Amino acid sequence: MKDFLLVYRTDYNTMPKGSSPEQMQASTKRWMDWIGGIAAQNKLTDRGNRLVPSGKVVKADNVIADGPYTEIKECIVGYSIVKAASIEEATELSKGCPILAIGGNVEVREINVL
Amino acid sequence: MYYKQTELIPHLFRTEYRKIVSVLCKLFGIEHIEIAEDIVSDTFLLASELWGLKGLPENPTAWLYVVAKNKTKDYLKRDSLFAQNISKEIKSNAPISEEIEIDLSVKNTNDSQLAMIFVVCHPCNPAESRIGLALNLLCGFGVEEIANAFLTNKKVIYKRLQRAKEKLRAEKIKIEQPTLPEIDDRLSTVLMVLYLLFNEGYYSSSQDITLRKDICLEAMRLTSLLIDSRACEGNEQDEERDVPERSEGNEQGRARDEALTKSLAKFSQMNKPFANALLSLLCFQASRFDARLNQNGEIILYEEQDTDLWDQELIAKGEYFLNQASQGDKISKYHLEAGIAYWHTIKADTKEKWENILQLYNQLLLIEYSPIAALNRTYALAKANGKKEAIIEAEKIKLTGNHLYHSLLGELYTDVDNTKAILHLQNALALARSRADKMVISNKICRLGP
Repeated sequence: MKDFLLVYRTDYNTMPKGSSPEQMQASTKRWMDWIGGIAAQNKLTDRGNRLVPSGKVVKADNVIADGPYTEIKECIVGYSIVKAASIEEATELSKGCPILAIGGNVEVREINVL
Repeated sequence: MYYKQTELIPHLFRTEYRKIVSVLCKLFGIEHIEIAEDIVSDTFLLASELWGLKGLPENPTAWLYVVAKNKTKDYLKRDSLFAQNISKEIKSNAPISEEIEIDLSVKNTNDSQLAMIFVVCHPCNPAESRIGLALNLLCGFGVEEIANAFLTNKKVIYKRLQRAKEKLRAEKIKIEQPTLPEIDDRLSTVLMVLYLLFNEGYYSSSQDITLRKDICLEAMRLTSLLIDSRACEGNEQDEERDVPERSEGNEQGRARDEALTKSLAKFSQMNKPFANALLSLLCFQASRFDARLNQNGEIILYEEQDTDLWDQELIAKGEYFLNQASQGDKISKYHLEAGIAYWHTIKADTKEKWENILQLYNQLLLIEYSPIAALNRTYALAKANGKKEAIIEAEKIKLTGNHLYHSLLGELYTDVDNTKAILHLQNALALARSRADKMVISNKICRLGP
């Protein structure tokens, strides 16, 4: 079994804003049901985290840019780590991720342990 | 009169044996556990002989304590080797003047038993040995009863216990002073052993229902001891001692005792929520004990249980301890399992109930995977989100060697695709080992019909 990083990306501009508590609860449920399904297969290494929208980008010569990064359509909103025998299996696990339903995507990357 | 005595001695054996053994072990050190056990066994032997001839003493428990104390003193005088090597150690360990004092006060028996819990749960022994030791030393079960509960023979259990005690001796496990890091380290093991101890009684295939219930009650008693003990409260006031105040002049012994009290108090602050959560879970589970078995010890499924037989008092206790458990900011698997068990105390099938159970199982799986949690989570998924989704998820789990997996799929396919349902149930029947499980599955197949 190898570990794979799932990177969730979406466009903040198209994300639903001003959600009602019910909508937020429904969204939490979709994520928990999905991640719970992976855990039920004993294939979850780390549920990971969400990332807050604002951030900084540090470039050479102390150039620091502010986020969110309106110039790029997709930014990282969260990540998880799953375990699978192959990239195909890890990819299969990513299907049904709630990020897909709101126009986002999942990038699947094998972790090369140092 | 005679009948009463035959009932009384096993009862006293169960309740007093463990207390006296714990106190003596704390006094002698775990390496002399056999001496402690011999002294207590001799005491009970004498009791059964004498009481049979002369009738019961006025206060049987006090009688046992006096005899055990005298036997200990005799032993210390008689055995010169012990007197030379061990008495010296005891003299420096225990607060004594000339006479060795055997303190069987409520406080000291509780403290000693609590300290013994940590010894018995030492990770130098494998889990099954720890449970065996707990049943033997903490609960006062005999080899035969333990063999009955584990569905094995006396020889196996006897050997297992001997090996485990030998290991404790070889590792020189101290009873006196669990240090804080030790307590930290071992608490999860202690709770696990108590949890497994309960399950041993709850899920055992043994036909002896009384024995199984006793094991469950013992697990609950020991968990309560973790929570309730005055040592745990860090309350150092001396109350209601039935043994006179110890003589001054043994500062070392007193310091040791205080160190133990303090570390246990610290333990309680940090971990009380976990122990409370475990006790809550055990109360909720135990509340269905009478409803989930028929007279032959066969399982009655949850859906078919008579809710009048659910013990409302235990349910209320479970709720109380669940509230107690909600202090602190850490959540353990016991919290989540107690939450799941709480929702099961409500029989009606509501959307709210199953949604809550599903989310609790989701969280439980994030903390710790287990096949049974994965299967139960999928059942809750069917109840909350519908069978169609649950079947897809169930087939991903692929626990094909587990009869419960096929039982689950049998259940999910029922009324969706009965042919597949029967196929899975037949697989389950082939894989199931216990008679009780086979019967439950056969009944389901019969209901679906050919």
